[in-house]
Amino acid sequence: MEAAGVAAEAQRRSVGRRLADLFHGRPWLQRGSLLAGPIGWLVIGYIGSLVVMLIAAFWGVNALSGEVSRTFSLDNFKEIVETPVYRSVTGRTVGIAAAATLTDALLAFPIAFYMAKVASPRMKGVLVVAILMPLWSFYLVKVYAWRTMLSEGGIINWALDPIGLSGPGFGTAAVWLVESYLWLPFMILPIYAGLERIPNSLLSASEDLGAGPGRTFRRVVLPLAFPAVVAGSIFTFSLTLGDFITPSLVSPETQFIGNVVKANITNNLPLASAFAVVPIVVMTIYLLIARRLGAFEHL
Amino acid sequence: MRLSHRTRNLLRAGVAVTLAFIYVPLIVIGIYAFNGGLTLEWPPPSLTTKWFGEAIDNQGARDAFVTSIEVGLAATAVALLLGTLAALAVSRHRFFGRETISFLVVLPIALPGIVTGIALSDTFTQVLGISLGLFTVVVAHATFCIVIVYNNVAARLRRVSGSFEEASADLGAHTWQTFRYVTLPSMSTALVAGGLLAFALSFDEIIVTTFTLGAGDQTLPIWIFTNLFRPNELPIVNVVAVLVVLISIIPVYLAHRLTREEGPSARGAPVEAEATAIP
Repeated sequence: MEAAGVAAEAQRRSVGRRLADLFHGRPWLQRGSLLAGPIGWLVIGYIGSLVVMLIAAFWGVNALSGEVSRTFSLDNFKEIVETPVYRSVTGRTVGIAAAATLTDALLAFPIAFYMAKVASPRMKGVLVVAILMPLWSFYLVKVYAWRTMLSEGGIINWALDPIGLSGPGFGTAAVWLVESYLWLPFMILPIYAGLERIPNSLLSASEDLGAGPGRTFRRVVLPLAFPAVVAGSIFTFSLTLGDFITPSLVSPETQFIGNVVKANITNNLPLASAFAVVPIVVMTIYLLIARRLGAFEHL
Repeated sequence: MRLSHRTRNLLRAGVAVTLAFIYVPLIVIGIYAFNGGLTLEWPPPSLTTKWFGEAIDNQGARDAFVTSIEVGLAATAVALLLGTLAALAVSRHRFFGRETISFLVVLPIALPGIVTGIALSDTFTQVLGISLGLFTVVVAHATFCIVIVYNNVAARLRRVSGSFEEASADLGAHTWQTFRYVTLPSMSTALVAGGLLAFALSFDEIIVTTFTLGAGDQTLPIWIFTNLFRPNELPIVNVVAVLVVLISIIPVYLAHRLTREEGPSARGAPVEAEATAIP
């Protein structure tokens, strides 16, 4: 029994050893076996899926059976462009994405600047953790928290009531608020990293040459940090474009691109696929502009 | 930069406002977990811990929790394997199209979740004829988790010189020995950090999940999403929400601790943190 085990072990080792010998001095073979898995998964699996989606966007649905019919037509795209509701859904989604991005840039800049140029190293570490913690995690819980806060008897109305105001309630404004909230850390971190890259000596030089803090900020800090802001905006913009959970929780009455895609997935997969092309087109245009503005070095 | 006291204080106020904006909703949801009332009225009429017991006994929530753990572990395992392989190829080899690899891995998470979701769902149901279920969710989660592992491992390999591996080979170690005794130990904490973050990302993902999950299964976020429209379930949803926060914050914190110690302290920490955070 034991002898057999040892023999099997020796056999196994020799296979491993033979493989090792095979790899030795053959970097192309090493490269190939390292890349086969990831490339196969991402190119064939993922890019392939995107291609399938693009093809499915040209299919239709049989009116009688409700089955997907694989005949090529431009009807889905015609419908998206010509139906006023779909046009306003697209406009609303892009508008909210832009508004949330702008809001995040305004909220992120002071804290990023404080972290990069004012805070002590210790404080900096604490702030980085404080921003990082809620970055990836519990997206749904965050939206849910806002749903409770924005509801009729929620904390926002409770806090605003004594001064005679009321919160925005559920609706488009709520979506703007929640999207700004959700993606704020994605804006803070690139701006912070971008500001860290600006040498302090540049700021001192500007001061020595007679510029006040305001002028140094406008003429030195802002132009140098702008590409980092654009880098952050890629995340805030893209993540808002594809969100359908937030609208369905805090704005049940209005539709966004994600809701239309979600609503059509069971009954009209081709139309849902065609509508999912809209954010891809918008993001492609956005990324081309971002690249021109030099944002890619800050990702 | 020399700032006046007033500007400095204004900045501090801005920082405080932003931090409050980030944390107040999380604190509110934390308090609601102890809500003694049945509605979401603020302030809660009384406080109680009884919903924690009820939540732990809730069969639907328990099943969903187990499903989420299973999906997270399976997706993390796949992401660890593929992300590490890609990082090794990019960091230790030169080849045509090397620069496109980092673009390729980031794509599934840079594109809006509905795009990834519907593309995978189209492919599973229309082309491959696979009915949606836990398997399809694992495939989808693994796809967008690869980038997390890849970024962590690639950042580490950039820092560890390849000459150690060359030295090992020169001293007679074969490919596996070099990997086992030189490469693997040098990237072990990056692997753990990447795995923890990938798990956290998978654990609370909901958008891609809704497009790739079968009708019969529920992950924890899907369970929350379906139950938060049911007034009777709200107290339990509040507790589960807090548990989700705790379960996903721990891996993120540990991952940060694991990668923080690298590089020259003050400068290295934020840069590494950035590498783990932004795909």
